[in-house]
Amino acid sequence: MSRQGLVLFVLRRLLALAILLTTVSFGVFSLLYLAPGSAEQVLLAGRPAADAETRNEIRERYNLNDSFAEQYALWAKGAVRLDFGQSIRTGEPVLTAIKDRSGLTIFLGVYGFALAMLAGVSLGILSAVRSRTSADRGIVMFSIVGASAPVFVTGVFLLYAFAVLLDLFPAFGQGEGFLDRFWHLTLPAVALAVGGSALVVRLTRAGMLGALEQDYVTFARARGLSARRVLLAYAFRNALIPVVTAGALVLSFMLTGAALVEVTFALPGIGALLIDSVNFKDLPMVQGLAMVLATVVILINLLTDILYLFIDPRITYSEGTA
Amino acid sequence: MSELAVPQLERGRRRLLPPTPFTLAFSFLVLGVVVFLAVAAPLVAPRDPHAQNLLVGLTTPNSEFWFGTDDVGRDVFSRTIFGARGALIGPLAIALGAFLIGNVLGLLAGFRGGLIDAAIMRWVDLMYALPGLLVAIVLVGVLGSSYVLAVVVLLVLTSPFDTRIVRGATLEQRPLAYVEAARTLGLPGRTIMFRHIFPNILPVTLPNAFLNFAFSLVALSALSFLGLGVGPGSAEWGRMLAESRLLLFENPVAALAPGGMIVLTAASMNLVGDWVYERLADRGRAR
Repeated sequence: MSRQGLVLFVLRRLLALAILLTTVSFGVFSLLYLAPGSAEQVLLAGRPAADAETRNEIRERYNLNDSFAEQYALWAKGAVRLDFGQSIRTGEPVLTAIKDRSGLTIFLGVYGFALAMLAGVSLGILSAVRSRTSADRGIVMFSIVGASAPVFVTGVFLLYAFAVLLDLFPAFGQGEGFLDRFWHLTLPAVALAVGGSALVVRLTRAGMLGALEQDYVTFARARGLSARRVLLAYAFRNALIPVVTAGALVLSFMLTGAALVEVTFALPGIGALLIDSVNFKDLPMVQGLAMVLATVVILINLLTDILYLFIDPRITYSEGTA
Repeated sequence: MSELAVPQLERGRRRLLPPTPFTLAFSFLVLGVVVFLAVAAPLVAPRDPHAQNLLVGLTTPNSEFWFGTDDVGRDVFSRTIFGARGALIGPLAIALGAFLIGNVLGLLAGFRGGLIDAAIMRWVDLMYALPGLLVAIVLVGVLGSSYVLAVVVLLVLTSPFDTRIVRGATLEQRPLAYVEAARTLGLPGRTIMFRHIFPNILPVTLPNAFLNFAFSLVALSALSFLGLGVGPGSAEWGRMLAESRLLLFENPVAALAPGGMIVLTAASMNLVGDWVYERLADRGRAR
């Protein structure tokens, strides 16, 4: 694909992204009106029906006296500057709360992602090379069970095995400093990785099986190239597209999984913040988190599509497919 | 694992190793037991799943309480049995609903094309672009927690996957001779879609219902684990796990039993789904 084509493609995708984010933001803002009760009741979040003065103040602060369109415009204007207002529960600005909590979740997500890709790719290649042996059978079984086990179940089983029975890992807490945190987040990250790697195994195995059947692999072998080189430089290079697809899905999965894992291991990350806010009906916080998380997922998808172009130059996004 | 188990992985499924007869038989057995427990729960369970017994309190498994009791003295064994109901009804409703919606919308989009297709596919694209379980958490949490709402939200989030697959399969069928012939005979579009094309795409769409079941079971239990969907104290596997995960030191079975049941049921359903897929794909090839 030419440089010009690439620029055009990215521009078109950015336009689609803008439309998508606008749609999502509209939905997220509408939550205020979809929630049971009037908007001011929602924003009082279960506090006893206040006097008229407080209600007026609420209406004033959240522009509830304007029309729906005007309210949305004002909210969206703030959202673009990442200003989602203040948390009802704690009173601190939504953005500050998200920033404070995101370090832990990013650490956990990157750790889990690295484990999932490492384990998934190596197991996937192994099972394709040892196709139809008991090793293959075992790995495929692992991927089916891993894909069926919700992260919180895996988390509780890991807690029981490694924190209760063996007492190897801490059961709760996030740790101080890098190494200690690494240690504390190992079980949660493994719980995430079991679910994530199951998918990577499936897609890597299928991709490798397909690639190993190709003539160029037979030729490479016939030319006497080392098994390692044939496997990695020839077969795996050509099975990379499904691996990247899996990688993108795993990355989005880490975000969803983080909510469950953080609750399971009592970790104060973004996921736990979302669950707390949802349960407390802290609407500004929920709206802020929903917008941030949706944006991250949409960006991951865009980056994946661009990555495809670099991995496989044969891929072009024409008008029809993009 | 939630949305990762979803059908977008068509490519990975095709080359899946078929399960051994033993694994398959075991999966059918698990599903049979779960269905039996769900139907006959009041007859099988030794105690009322909601009855608290503070005199007994928290106990480990013993001859009287096979799985022990939780912190308020409820019988974990009976609760696990009753949990089979929630694990069956919700996912079944979602799998059937998504099958229905997916087939109708997918056939319409694929067969009619044009504006209908564009409208349906934009909706599908939107759903594909968002992380399903997170959307469900936000929606169910904000709109007010109820089991029915959780089922409806998950149904809306699941059906786009079916829709896309059905549309793709319909596009493959549309240029074939039998569709051409039916059109020439002047049959109405409805008849062609539902009487002629539908049976031909069934081998692609039916196995998806099994995958959807497994996905919904996991997603629904995740929602109840987070306290969304069913109320506190419900005999629902996800909820039970959430409430007893702090008892891991005292009575681990209270958390491990419902957790194990979720994994067993979902994995069995996935295995049976793969098997149905293989069977139907073989039949398609033979034809």
